[in-house]
Amino acid sequence: MLIFENWKKVLILIVSIFAILFSLPNFVSKNSVPNFFKAGEIRLGLDLQGGSYLLLEVESDSLQTDRLNSVADELRIALRNASPRIGYKNLSVINTELTFSLIEENDVDLIKNLILNIDDSLIVDDEDFSSIQVSFSEEKITEIRDYAILQSIEIIRRRVDEVGTNEPIIQRQGDERILVQLPGLDDPERIKRLLGKTARMNFRMVNETASIDEALSGRVPPGSDLLYELDPRTGEKSLPYIIYKRIGVSGDQLVDANPSMDQYNQPVVSLRFDSTGSRKFGDLTSKNVGKRFAIVLDGEVISAPVIREAITGGSGQISGNFTFETASDLAVLLRAGALPAPLTILEERSVGPSLGKDSINAGMYAAIIAIILVIIYMLVIYGARFGVVANISLIINILLILAILGVLDATLTLPGLAGIALTIGMAVDANVLIFERIREESRSGRSNIGAIDNGFKEAFRTIVDANITTLLAAVILFQFGSGPVKGFAVTLALGVMTTMFTSLLLSRGIITIWYNRYKPNNLNI
Amino acid sequence: MLRLISDNTTIKFIKLKALSFTFSGILSVLAILSVLFVGLNFGIDFKGGILLEVRTGNNIAISDIRSKISDLNIGEVSIQEFGVKSDYLIRVERQKGSDNAQQVAVEILKNALNKAFGKDIDYRRLEYVGPTVSKDLISDGVMAICFAIMAMLAYIWFRFELPFAIGAIIALLHDIILTLGVFSILGLEFNLSTVAAILLIIGYSMNDTVVVYDRIRENLRKFKKMELKELLDKSINETLSRTINTTITTMLALGALYLIGGQIISDFAFAMLWGIIVGTYSSIFIASTVLMFLNIRRSKESES
Repeated sequence: MLIFENWKKVLILIVSIFAILFSLPNFVSKNSVPNFFKAGEIRLGLDLQGGSYLLLEVESDSLQTDRLNSVADELRIALRNASPRIGYKNLSVINTELTFSLIEENDVDLIKNLILNIDDSLIVDDEDFSSIQVSFSEEKITEIRDYAILQSIEIIRRRVDEVGTNEPIIQRQGDERILVQLPGLDDPERIKRLLGKTARMNFRMVNETASIDEALSGRVPPGSDLLYELDPRTGEKSLPYIIYKRIGVSGDQLVDANPSMDQYNQPVVSLRFDSTGSRKFGDLTSKNVGKRFAIVLDGEVISAPVIREAITGGSGQISGNFTFETASDLAVLLRAGALPAPLTILEERSVGPSLGKDSINAGMYAAIIAIILVIIYMLVIYGARFGVVANISLIINILLILAILGVLDATLTLPGLAGIALTIGMAVDANVLIFERIREESRSGRSNIGAIDNGFKEAFRTIVDANITTLLAAVILFQFGSGPVKGFAVTLALGVMTTMFTSLLLSRGIITIWYNRYKPNNLNI
Repeated sequence: MLRLISDNTTIKFIKLKALSFTFSGILSVLAILSVLFVGLNFGIDFKGGILLEVRTGNNIAISDIRSKISDLNIGEVSIQEFGVKSDYLIRVERQKGSDNAQQVAVEILKNALNKAFGKDIDYRRLEYVGPTVSKDLISDGVMAICFAIMAMLAYIWFRFELPFAIGAIIALLHDIILTLGVFSILGLEFNLSTVAAILLIIGYSMNDTVVVYDRIRENLRKFKKMELKELLDKSINETLSRTINTTITTMLALGALYLIGGQIISDFAFAMLWGIIVGTYSSIFIASTVLMFLNIRRSKESES
């Protein structure tokens, strides 16, 4: 009589039933499966269901530059208002550093205090009065970067939601990267267009007194910028404007934006301001009737209409050379708000729905053919008894992998499918090891019971040793792999564990129960 | 039952060592030379660039597409048929300049294709890897492989003894070199999934090696007086049936994947198929045979 504890039998039964029930939703139509087992339904990766994977980088340096620019503005005022007035020259911000020089030597601590009064997280390098450098402290830079990432994630989420894709995943990756996964997306180009815009909009007055020609030749009046309206067809800079730097009303003060048609049936974007915005917009337009103001988006002029009358109701309309599509894109951007810093797309992997479907079909056929081939081979080599045992354990093994993948809510990718196919091939290895050992033991003259018992015992060590190496490879793959490759690592690791279970417990259970019942004289292995 | 390997097989593997070492040596040198002088055909994962898979309708020929996108000024563009006749793979080299330049090129390419073919073109896949990420992917890949080798070394050392660990690592390097070599000689695309395949080959080759080593260790305890050469042969022969069976079932599964698993996965499946052949060979002819030279400690005192 071979010994096999009852608790092991119970465990095998529970696990096998779990495997069958929870893998069910992947084979039959969803409605015929009780709700509870639907947890086993496997989530497909972007490469199998179609969709876009985007890795974005937040250029948080540019946020530092912005912040330093406002420090620069305050510093100019502070230096001018100091008594006695402090003379300076060449005050400018380049990337993450603000530099200026003093016209004459001055009390260093005084200057330092002036700067720290503006922001006490600034670091001042003042060894030489002819070139003073100001930058943010390490902690402040981390803080700015974290803010930029978190705020960007929020804005990306809003923009993505506006476009309406199901279950987007937006998460931070590392210090300054954001991973965006958009399953089932039809038009990745639109989302990329939306994410590629910072969407910082503001309303500024046009400087109509300055000469455009002089500005074009490089002499832009101080306090103004030379900006262009783009040609809607070519996308190139066409109409130059000189526009005051001072922001009249900023896009932060919008509460709503929608595409609509104006009286000439041209697409426009209708805006609504919050109360502060309404007041400012009212002031700006009532003081400047008859003058031009410009709507500036990310440093480009959308349009620069003449103010005909004061607009006090808190709503307005932007016209510009819009198509309905560009108008609705702009509305989306304005509703979602501006990004704190520009985003760069570092990596993109988009799969169209047709390819996803082809891949999953091909992968599934391959897996099914693999199973059939292996089953036939095992029957031929190990016969109707042990071959069947190996095949039962193979099938439960595969169902178990599927069920666990589903319950863990892991994602099945195309390489993951390959991992399953590979597991099909390697899973029988454990059984092969055991059966070969039983054969050997039996040949060396042991009784049937002794051969089976020893076969499992001796093979156990080998199976564990051999499988741990595969597990190690899978763990390393998971650690270093990205996206789909991770999916491969997951199925591979799972496969190793389920294989240990099915070979060391399930196969053994079946063989023991069979042997104890029939007590065959010949093992026929 | 069917026995592919007779129970009394006694092949003198160790005797073949001169032959097998020469064979492996020549192949390894060829592989290294090819990798050094021919190089590897890196995919966009490591080189950066754009890959676009399209399906076309209405008998659009490769030359039609080429003529529409050859003067876009986005660097070198290559087009090849991919699987079925109406599917094409368009590759664009990495753009000079920043990550942004890459996205601009994607847009230029798509605009040109849309303008020329409109509804007759379906974008099945777009992959684009910028210079920043490709650098990360290279270092991740190299690190992963190095870590895997070290982890295997540590594990075998811990479970067996140092000579076994050294033998296993020699076999492992042999497998990796030959895999790189075949990719270089055949000009197959070397990308992220190839790295995954190499890690898998490492796992499989170790798996195979460990099974033989396990038997060698067992026999070292059982037969203290047996000559090492004879003992190694005995161990390999005893596990030979298992080795062959497992190799065949794994190759059946991977063969199915290679032939019908779809275009995208076929290179991956090929790499693994190759790795399994090489890994099986090396666990017998390299990993076990080098133990002859590695001074295995054989206990004389009785111990059962």
